[in-house]
Amino acid sequence: MSVVQAAAQDPTPLLEMRDISKSFPGVKALDHVDVALYPGTVTALIGENGAGKSTLVKILTGIYQPDSGEIVVDGKAVHFGNAEAAIRNGITAIHQETVLFDELSVAENIFLGHAPRNRWGLVNWSAMNARAAALLTSIDAPISPYTRLKDLSIAQRHLVAIARALSVEARVVIMDEPTAALSYKEVEDLFRIIDRLKRQGKAILFISHKFEEVYEIAERFVVFRDGRSIGAGLLSQTGQDEIVRMMVGRSVDHVFPKTEVAIGGTVLKVSGYSHPTEFDSISFELRRGEILGLYGLVGAGRSEFCQSLFGITRPSAGSLELEGRSIEIRSPSDAIAAGIVYVPEERARHGAVLQMPIFQNFSMATLAKTTRAGFLRQAEEFALARKYAERLDLRAAALSVPVGTLSGGNQQKVVIGKWLAARPKVIVLDEPTKGIDIGSKAAVHGFMSELAGEGLSVIMVSSELPEILGMSDRVMVMREGRMAGIWNREGLDAETLVRAATGNE
Amino acid sequence: MSIMTADKQSVRHIPDRLSTPIGRLLGSWETLLAAVAIAIFIANSLASPHFLDPWNLSDATYNFTEKAMIAFAMTLLIISGEIDLSVAAIIALASTAMGAAAQAGFQTPALVGIGLGVGLLCGAFNGLLVARIGLPSIVVTIGTMSLFRGIAQIVLGDQAYGGYPPSFAWFGQGYMSDFSWWPTLPGFEVVTFEMIAFVLFAVVFGILLHRTTFGRWIYAIGNNAFAAQFSGIPVQRTKFILFLMTGLMSGFAAVCLTSRLGSTRHTIAAGWELEAITMAVLGGVSILGGSGTILGVVLAAVVMGLVTFGLGLLNVPGIVMSIFIGLLLILVIALPIVFRRIRSRASA
Repeated sequence: MSVVQAAAQDPTPLLEMRDISKSFPGVKALDHVDVALYPGTVTALIGENGAGKSTLVKILTGIYQPDSGEIVVDGKAVHFGNAEAAIRNGITAIHQETVLFDELSVAENIFLGHAPRNRWGLVNWSAMNARAAALLTSIDAPISPYTRLKDLSIAQRHLVAIARALSVEARVVIMDEPTAALSYKEVEDLFRIIDRLKRQGKAILFISHKFEEVYEIAERFVVFRDGRSIGAGLLSQTGQDEIVRMMVGRSVDHVFPKTEVAIGGTVLKVSGYSHPTEFDSISFELRRGEILGLYGLVGAGRSEFCQSLFGITRPSAGSLELEGRSIEIRSPSDAIAAGIVYVPEERARHGAVLQMPIFQNFSMATLAKTTRAGFLRQAEEFALARKYAERLDLRAAALSVPVGTLSGGNQQKVVIGKWLAARPKVIVLDEPTKGIDIGSKAAVHGFMSELAGEGLSVIMVSSELPEILGMSDRVMVMREGRMAGIWNREGLDAETLVRAATGNE
Repeated sequence: MSIMTADKQSVRHIPDRLSTPIGRLLGSWETLLAAVAIAIFIANSLASPHFLDPWNLSDATYNFTEKAMIAFAMTLLIISGEIDLSVAAIIALASTAMGAAAQAGFQTPALVGIGLGVGLLCGAFNGLLVARIGLPSIVVTIGTMSLFRGIAQIVLGDQAYGGYPPSFAWFGQGYMSDFSWWPTLPGFEVVTFEMIAFVLFAVVFGILLHRTTFGRWIYAIGNNAFAAQFSGIPVQRTKFILFLMTGLMSGFAAVCLTSRLGSTRHTIAAGWELEAITMAVLGGVSILGGSGTILGVVLAAVVMGLVTFGLGLLNVPGIVMSIFIGLLLILVIALPIVFRRIRSRASA
């Protein structure tokens, strides 16, 4: 701990960004921001989506050049004309979704672009594999450098991405939402790695939406809002409420807007749902107006199970009853017709068609409502889109702009709105607030409550314990494809759920 | 940890669109193509005194009408993220089948039915392999390209089928004025059957793509097949239907072309698959799928037809024409991108 304390008092930053501005046509992404990173210290960069965090990361890694301002490393002003220049200055980044190559080996992925050479200028395979193995050992990752990447789990790929970032002589490590795809236990592993990097004296910029993580791992913080740096300092001297105020520029009303809703009769009855590899014997009843939280580690089979309810994957055994009638779901259109809809976890991949306009995304799943005999009625499509855009408080320049131009939170509103237009009975939300900013998160939570109040039944898959505990009427935990139990909301604590999910009972 | 936004009561108004219809029109690819078409038209009329002759112009349309019919169907297929390289081979096979049937004494209605039927079957075969079995369409149709034309080659060798019934000639050689029951307006005598078919198909495909649920599905699938599937869109069925349609249009083009030439060799329509794809791409269809319009393809067809015809009038050899078409394609694709880059550099 002594290094950390020393670092916190150390007034000499390893890297400083001074008065940085960057504009894009029509938007000022960064407006005279200042950020300082100290050796052996984790600095958390906090801000809503669209606050300018990603732009800052891109400037720091040489992908963008700032319009004005300077970057100072070790007291010397530097200029990063390209990504290589940033790496030469010891800056490396682990991105939200690092691009890795499925068909290449772990070692090749780690050293792609800077593989050790032999004297003929060819790749020195033995040196590369040895160095990869050493790197992986240094971060406690039990992965063979010879394995092909496609044979690894998501969490293991993440470790490879970290190893890749550390394979250059880095002194500044940027982690852009590194925990977004990780489960509880994997986050702990990541934090151990960060601790090790800290002890090596590296300066770490940590970007996360999750406050527990920020307070657990970081010493310093910088808050961005609308492209400006609003505040910076030591986390030990700053409360969560204060940071939230800086982030959103308005006061905190309340935590989770879960309202009490009269729970009605059974809407959906799942009996013995099984799949050859992903899940086994899932049985439960979902009631009217109820929010059922579905918790578990990444890979516990939650998404696969939910997708089988929606007709994407077919169960090998089991039956469904909706409002007392037995139904069989063979395709998503069967599910939509029956009144079961699914908001997928991977918004950009499965949820929205980013290149298409907002209004066409809203009407996509319910085109029959805005067509006559198969012919589109554009005015009705706009009307439908407007109705749900207003209901969800969508922030967009126009209904005809592509969904891809919106922030993550607003994209999620479009995906949810698309399904509300289908007037469902059961809505399955798979990680509905993953990677979206705090304001949009609250809107999604408030909305979920509203839907339950209107008599919808909600299944909410989430890996965030506060969300599960805050929003659910009941919580079901899955572990390795099986049900680990169902609990009522009253008196339920996080430890119970984590024990059930990890099997440490 | 979460908060409620304070300003939730006020509903903010979101406009439908940012730009006006005229603004969109001026900035569109189609406007650029129309300008190119007019420029080439003027250049042609200045370069050759024979260009503005109505019968010459009418003849010129054969340069693109048959290919454009395939290009329309191909456009839908490319927007959905697939491609069909076997269209010209389907023409060869359909034409061969019609030739064999004509030798056996079949009459015009049966020949047309055979041409369309073979096209449909070939399309179904492609569609089955792509949509049912899940093979990549570029691989499947490279295979069927050789397969279909190979069959035609085995049947025909270096022989040719001829001897089509006289009434069969009407599809590829008929004019509006040939219909005794149709009151042909003065000046419209030069309009050919193929031109009418071209306009009709342009309208039908335009409506199908831009005004129907099915058309919307095509765009959704081409942009993000996963999200389309997760929205309840029958992705594989849609793709299968698109292959059927492409096969059918190839069959129809085979009828027109065979009728116009009056004979069938195994090399018939050689290289047309690339010309149809060129038309689609020149028309603004993204080769990666997801975007493009029928109007753009119509204009691209006219542009290509005018270029070919104008150069023909100037006695430019065929090989130079294909060089010219290739340059035109690269130029029209590259120019807007270059301009955008210059503009963004100027504003940066």
